[in-house]
Formats: sequence, structure tokens, C-alpha cells
Amino acid sequence: MEKFTTVTGIAAPMPLVNIDTDMIIPKVFLKTIKRSGLGVNLFDEMRYDRQGNEIPDFVLNKPAYRDAQIIVAGDNFGCGSSREHAPWALADFGIKSVISTSFADIFYNNCFKNGILPIILPQEAVDVLMKDAEKGANARMEINLEAQTVTASDGQVFAFEVDAFKKHCLMNGLDDIGLTMEKAASIDSYEAKAGTLRPWV
Amino acid sequence: MKARTLYDKIWDDHVVHQAEDGTCLLYIDRHLVHEVTSPQAFEGLRMTGRKVRAPEKTIAVPDHNVPTTLDRAKGIDNEESRIQVDALDKNAKDFGVHYYPVSDVRQGIVHIVGPEQGWTLPGMTVVCGDSHTATHGAFGALAHGIGTSEVEHVLATQTLIQKKSKNMKVEITGKLRPGVTAKDITLSVIGATGTAGGTGYVIEYCGEAIRDLSMEGRMTVCNMAIEGGARAGLIAPDEKTYDYCKGRPHAPKGAAWEAAVAYWKTLFSDEGAHFDKVITLKGEDIAPVVTWGTSPEDVLPITASVPAPESFSGGKVEAAKRALDYMGLTAGQKLTDIQIDTVFIGSCTNGRIEDLRAAAAILKGKKIKDGMRAMVVPGSGLVRAQAEEEGLADIFKEAGFEWRLAGCSMCLAMNPDQLAEGERCASTSNRNFEGRQGYKGRTHLVSPAMAAAAAITGHLTDVREMM
Ligand code: SF4
Repeated sequence: MEKFTTVTGIAAPMPLVNIDTDMIIPKVFLKTIKRSGLGVNLFDEMRYDRQGNEIPDFVLNKPAYRDAQIIVAGDNFGCGSSREHAPWALADFGIKSVISTSFADIFYNNCFKNGILPIILPQEAVDVLMKDAEKGANARMEINLEAQTVTASDGQVFAFEVDAFKKHCLMNGLDDIGLTMEKAASIDSYEAKAGTLRPWV
Repeated sequence: MKARTLYDKIWDDHVVHQAEDGTCLLYIDRHLVHEVTSPQAFEGLRMTGRKVRAPEKTIAVPDHNVPTTLDRAKGIDNEESRIQVDALDKNAKDFGVHYYPVSDVRQGIVHIVGPEQGWTLPGMTVVCGDSHTATHGAFGALAHGIGTSEVEHVLATQTLIQKKSKNMKVEITGKLRPGVTAKDITLSVIGATGTAGGTGYVIEYCGEAIRDLSMEGRMTVCNMAIEGGARAGLIAPDEKTYDYCKGRPHAPKGAAWEAAVAYWKTLFSDEGAHFDKVITLKGEDIAPVVTWGTSPEDVLPITASVPAPESFSGGKVEAAKRALDYMGLTAGQKLTDIQIDTVFIGSCTNGRIEDLRAAAAILKGKKIKDGMRAMVVPGSGLVRAQAEEEGLADIFKEAGFEWRLAGCSMCLAMNPDQLAEGERCASTSNRNFEGRQGYKGRTHLVSPAMAAAAAITGHLTDVREMM
């Protein structure tokens, strides 16, 4: 996984609340057995008409936002299914971070496994950043994971919280599985103990 | 010892390792796998030369892509769907996990197969690359959905890296009124809390109305915990739970059974255990409900009217406008005046035998409205067989329903069972998102009995008038 340190880029405003995983990547694209290539279908039903033409009004189709690396979103982003295709599609498009007041639990976790940083900020901060994002391509936001800050284009700084372990893995591009396998002895002894306490499992 | 909740107890019994910052390695007792969210995980194992650590605790079944038409033995037409199901066949074989292929009568929706086969038992940790894994919480098992990277992690290590959630209690007091079902409970809770109300929590459902539910009903309630944003839903096991589990193929037998029940009896929230949030609804206040919008929180009693977007606040005003536009509805319209084109009965929310009985009870001796498309998709091959034995299949067929084979079907429309553009469906599934049941399809979530009532009248209907 790619290491995440800082991102300076264009932020696309998506103020809609409850943007669900079916919107992020509709189910017709879940039939892949690969992880890559989903970026063109990110937000497919909002982004293209039935004939496959771009809908000009949709934010990521506007010239200013075609290279967006950040999304500033309404409440409860990523609700719905557990499909990791949602962060795969975001990452493949080039999105590095999503900022909202809240995220659905599974989506939030899935982001970290794919080099995307979901940032939770209070409503007032998201409101400011949403306005900033609406300024278009000239307004670049800066996200610094080490310092845990988002800096708006006018220099206003917002600090955010992130779990220390998740931060560590993201900053170093670490593979969870490898880390856990180092604890194989603990898993063995847990299994031995559980096997006596709850043999029917 | 400190008073603990049911969630605390199951959690404590599964911690393999705890880091200083509270991050835990949690042991997973059962890993359920389906074809959509697993191929990349198995591929990851192959690429790194890793094995499945506990194949005997891993159960795979194809459900999302499988055709539900009676001729499905001929194979899957859609190439991508076929590749995905074939990949699961191969992965199950290569890695030696339990498998129920399409041709097996036990095949069905993963969340129906698990409990039915006795894989899901009280006190277990159960995960699946599917958000509706919450269903298994009905047994007092800690069950939740995971992403594909986590699927790979569980396959390789039989553990999951987790931080503990907060405890939330949802109590439904008293008795339900006639015509009100588990589906109405769970939708009403989401209507009250919103789709983000449970974020960061594990919910324990309790109270007389929950106790009174059958295991099928409890599964319906827990199934939609995720729609309320919760990581998982739980219901403490009791005699009904033990009765359901007893004799299932993978449930313990003999002395092991006795030992298991003795342990299961310790699985309840202690008197005085701390909950971070408590919500109470009165059973008698819950009415048969329907959804009017494109979020499961857009819930109203069937007697109500379509709300005006201005009656909401914040970002919800825009979302409601968009929803009404998408759904083709106008504020003030009576919900019972909404005409329906299609009725879908099935899914892991309402595809169990009791759901089919409830719908059949309304349909008995009646016909569906002229021009109505209606289908029943049993949750598993065994549910289907039982419904045939009980004569329910005949009732559905005589009423004009299509009687299908088991799978997810129109719940998410990855197979050919889809809504056409603008088509309006009364559905017993769990998500009314834009495009969920087909591009520009319109979904109203209801209970099986309400779905049956709408099939007869051709519009959303208060089932109480037909009882
Ligand atoms: S029935 Fe629907 S919700 Fe349940 S597992 Fe299948 S697609 Fe998911």
C-alpha cells in the first residue's frame, strides 16, 4: 500500500447527506474479481446518463474538479453495504481523502486499508471547508496526516483526530496481515484455551 | 466483578491480544463467504502464498449473482456473474472451506444458510464480507460485516483488528398490535434514530416485544441494525434460541450440547451494566410502516402522507427533495394512494419461512391485481422445500406470484431480477437506495404481509384492513 503523508489538492464539494455505497459504486460494477479499474465508474449513476455521456452538472465532471484528490461530503458518507469496491473506486479515481461530519463504520475502516484518509470534523469546520471547496480549482486544501491538520486555501487550520494505530499503518503503508501474523503464537494459545472452554465451537 | 453487557461478555471472551491503545485482535469463530466480496481476498492469499488458517470455520455459498429462475441448472448467462460464481467454486475447493454450490438444496442467502445449518450459535463471533451479517446477532452472536481486505485478514489469521464499540440499548416495551411485525419494529427504530444514529455502537435489542418474537423475527430486527449505522445488533439468547439451534447439522450434540447451553445461559447483560445510549419505543405505538424516500430512515406509518422536504432541517432538506423527485412523489400525497407495479418478497431480511407464511396468510384464496408483477424468492433451498410442503407455494402460485429458486435476487438486482426505469416496487428487502433494485427503480420497504396486501390492491395498503 502507498504511504500517506501529506496531500495538497483540489477538493470537490458534495454536500448531499447519506451518500451511500450504491451511489459511490453501483452494483453492476461489483462483478469484477479485481481491485483495480473502478475509477471510471465512481459515482456512475450520478456521473453519466444512460448512454454513457457525462452529466455536466455533476461535480467531478466540471473542469475545475476533474483532478480532485479530496471530497468534502455531507453527513454519514459511505453508508450502506460493506463493498470495498467503494474505496477501490475512490482510490482508483485519485481520491486520497474524504472529509465529513460522520462516516459509516465499515466504509471508514475500508478506507484505511486502501490508502484513503477519512477525516471527521465538526459541522462548523465542514461548513467552512465546503465553502472553500466550492471555490474550485484555485482553492487547494492541504492535509497533513503527521500533524493531523487540514488547512483551507485561506490558511485556516482544522485539527482532526485519528486512531494512532490506523495512522501508523497509513503513514507507513503497512499490511495488517503481516503484522497480525507476527502474533501467531498468541492466536495459537487463544485457540488452545478456547478449545477447552468452548469445545463445540 | 463489574456488571457487563452482553456485548462486553462476548468481546471479552474473544480477545486474543490487546495493545496499549485499546486496539484488539479479536478471534473469529465463523467466517461466512460469498462470491462478490471474496475473489480479491483469495487472490491476495495466492499472491502471498498464504493459506486459510481455519477452513473448518469458513463457510462459502454463492447468492448475490445466482439466477433464481427454475431453469438455472443450465448455467449463468451473464459472463461476469458466471466468472464470479466460478471463482468461488474454485476458491472453496482450492482452500478447502465448507461449500454449498448452486446445485445444493441447502444453497441460499448466506445469512439464511448460516443459522439454518447450525453454523451460527450464541456467543460466537461471526463475520462476512457483507453488511447484513448483523442478522446473526439474533442468536446473541457478535456478528458484523467487513470489507474485502478484512476478509483476507480473517482467512489468513482467523482474527480481526478491532476497537471496541460503545453499547446502545434499544428497548421495545409491551406488545405489538395485530398486523405489526418485526420488520415494522426495525424500520421504526431506524426512523427514530436515523441511518447514522447507531454509528459507533453495538445495539442490544430487548424488551417484551423482542422477547415475544420468533427467531425469524429476531433475525429480521438484527438484519437492519446496519441500516441504523450500528456495527452489530444483538439479542440475548433464551429458550427459543436453544430450540432453534437444537438438532441443526452443525450444532453441538449430546454432552457438548449441555455444556454449550450452560455457557449460553451466561450470555445476558448484567443488572446495572452500563449503556452509553438508550432508546425506548412502546410496542403498542408501532404501526405497519413503509418507506417513502431513498434512505431507510425515510419511514412513516402507512396511514401518513408523503412529507414536505421543508419539514426537515439541515442537509436533509435537499436529500428529501432529491428523494421525492427520484421516487416520483409529491408532498401531501397519501401513502395508500401510491400505485405499485411490482412486489418482491424475499431477501435476508424477510426470506425465511415465517415471512412466507405471513404473506401467504394474506394471499390465501386471493389474486394479485391485474398487470402486477410479483415474485417470491425463498431465502434458501430448504425454506423453499418447507414452503412447498406446507402448501404455501400453491397459495403464492394461485394468487399469481412467480415461485423462484433461492438467492438475493431483486434485493440488489445483480442477477437478471431487476426493476425497469421508473418501475415502483413494494419490497421486503432492506435498502431503498437509488438504483438498488435496478437503474431508476423505485423501492418502498415493507413487511411481507404489507407486500402481499399491496400485490392484491395494486397500491400501498394498510394490511390491517385485510385481516
Ligand atoms: S439478500 Fe440482499 S441484503 Fe441480503 S445478503 Fe443478499 S443482497 Fe445483501
